[in-house]
Amino acid sequence: MSKSGTQGLVRLPVWRARFVVTALVAAFAALGARSAYLQTVRTDFLQEKGEARYSRVLEVPATRGRILDRNGEALAVSTPVKSIWALPGDVEFGPGQKRRLGSLLGMEPKDIDKRLADRSRDFVYLKRQVSPEIADEVAALGLKGIHQQQEYRRYYPGGEVTAHVVGFTGVDDVGQEGVELAYQASLGGKPGSRRVIKDRLGRIVEDVESIRAGQDGTDLTLSIDGKIQSLAYGALKAAVEENRAKAGGLIVIDVRTGEILALANYPSFNPNNRARLTGAQLRNRVITDLFEPGSTLKPFTIALALESGKLTPNTAISTAPGSMTIAHYTIHDTHPAASLSLSQVIQKSSNVGAAKVALAMPSAAMWSMFQSVGFGEAPQLDFPGAAAGKLRPYKSWRPIEQATMAYGHGISVSLLQLARAYTVFARDGELVPLTLVKTGTEAAGEKVLSASSARAVRTMLELAVQPGGTGPRARIMGWRVAGKTGTAHKEENGAYAPDKYLASFAGFAPASAPRLVVAVVIDEPSAGQYYGGAVAAPVFAQVMQGALRLLGVPHDAPLVPIESPGAGDDAREST
Amino acid sequence: MAKLNLLLLAVLVACAIGLVTSQHRARKLFSDLEREQARARALDVEYGQLQLEASTWALHARVESIAARKLGLHAPDPRRVRIVRPAEAR
Repeated sequence: MSKSGTQGLVRLPVWRARFVVTALVAAFAALGARSAYLQTVRTDFLQEKGEARYSRVLEVPATRGRILDRNGEALAVSTPVKSIWALPGDVEFGPGQKRRLGSLLGMEPKDIDKRLADRSRDFVYLKRQVSPEIADEVAALGLKGIHQQQEYRRYYPGGEVTAHVVGFTGVDDVGQEGVELAYQASLGGKPGSRRVIKDRLGRIVEDVESIRAGQDGTDLTLSIDGKIQSLAYGALKAAVEENRAKAGGLIVIDVRTGEILALANYPSFNPNNRARLTGAQLRNRVITDLFEPGSTLKPFTIALALESGKLTPNTAISTAPGSMTIAHYTIHDTHPAASLSLSQVIQKSSNVGAAKVALAMPSAAMWSMFQSVGFGEAPQLDFPGAAAGKLRPYKSWRPIEQATMAYGHGISVSLLQLARAYTVFARDGELVPLTLVKTGTEAAGEKVLSASSARAVRTMLELAVQPGGTGPRARIMGWRVAGKTGTAHKEENGAYAPDKYLASFAGFAPASAPRLVVAVVIDEPSAGQYYGGAVAAPVFAQVMQGALRLLGVPHDAPLVPIESPGAGDDAREST
Repeated sequence: MAKLNLLLLAVLVACAIGLVTSQHRARKLFSDLEREQARARALDVEYGQLQLEASTWALHARVESIAARKLGLHAPDPRRVRIVRPAEAR
């Protein structure tokens, strides 16, 4: 047994066992070394590769804030659209598919070929901003090399009515004009990005980190009242067309808050379709265009005279013989009179009277009056291109210039500045800061005139719209109105054009407790009528009446119909 | 000793399974959250589009022309309007 047992045992050489052990140990050592190498030296690279299999960085797009009117109605809204782009090197399709794509995108097949001609480029837009429905149909074609990208497009439901205030954005959703440009920073928002883990079906299963926090644009509520704006635009458009004028502008200001309730320009444009746009349509004349205001400036001259204490509303000013010559230049009155009271100078819009009043005062006082009501300096308004106007330093004034400035020539202002200056009379001597953003709170004014002078001028301005004044067509049933007409010759190549006029009207109502200031300017009326009282005052009346009714302002005058004055009844003025 | 080891093993297995299930549930909840957030964004987009549509239908010029032409409405004569102030209403 034992023999056979020992016989069965084969005695292996000891080295073989040692060899196997050594080989195993060496193999384990090699594995250990490799894993140590991978775990320590190469760990970053490997982890990165591993993560790349399941983690993704996502862009978090920021939507642009909406622009709303004061009642919450949308004036500008962004909504997603798709852009179709192509990798020219990858594109393969037959002529039938090309025609189908062309008809979906509204492009000729040869235009598509032109876009794709340079096959070395990596990225070519075929068509930007197509509606999601069309984009889905394009995707359904399943064309190789044609891709889509999400973008936003801005829509303006207000169209041409609010175009100048709201402005518009470019194709990249960045503001280019108006409020869209002025409030780009807050409307635009900031896109963010984050890292996430996706499973094999592409669902996000874990949020790893937020790389950059995104921020959606904030909504902006404007001071504009959609109804008043629409009314103002309609009235202005009708007046410009009826008088065959070149252009027109209108502004409505809430006296108590300084909010701009309406700001209309004509001609206008459709911000949703901006092909063939001209500069004349684009300009916000109310804010950016300067004009010589003419007689609408007289109340400030008179206010200064009252403020000096030397004159009262009843002081007689000799205006005979209805003209006055200073250094080869003659000032005329349309209605010559021997003598007018200070009130009548406003009522009849006497140039000679205003000039005489002005010449009796130091030029420095007159300059500081104009300056204190905001002329000659850009208004504090968040709007691109707000004009400062021209008010030359008083040291360089010649007597004739001081005389013409008394009735609004040789000085230029924007309609916005003019309307704002009238808040001085409406608010008992306080100049109110204007805003295009809804505040809803009483604004703190800056005192520039004593309350008694402001009220005296208010009474005169009320006279100016009564029969016998220059602007009876500005009257409305149910509310007392105060205001001043202006008819200025336009300056052309350094001289006044004899047949080109700017008709304007600035005023406020109700006169007993002013609530709204409305200013209108009609540029080059050429259908026969050109006086401010005939062209601009009716627009004022229409807008003022509608706006007071919409705001529910209590009546302060008996409700009797206003007899429209006959053609020759009302006084006219020459500036 | 062996008993304690077995117990610890059982606890370990239970913990491991717990970890896996809770991770799974967390991911599921997270994907639900993502879906709801996407829905919220889509609804916001739709709200914007509806707002746009509402504004287009409610264009003042359109409302005015329908009121005047189709319905034959007109602004009341100011003489027939009475404005009531809160003090008078009492």
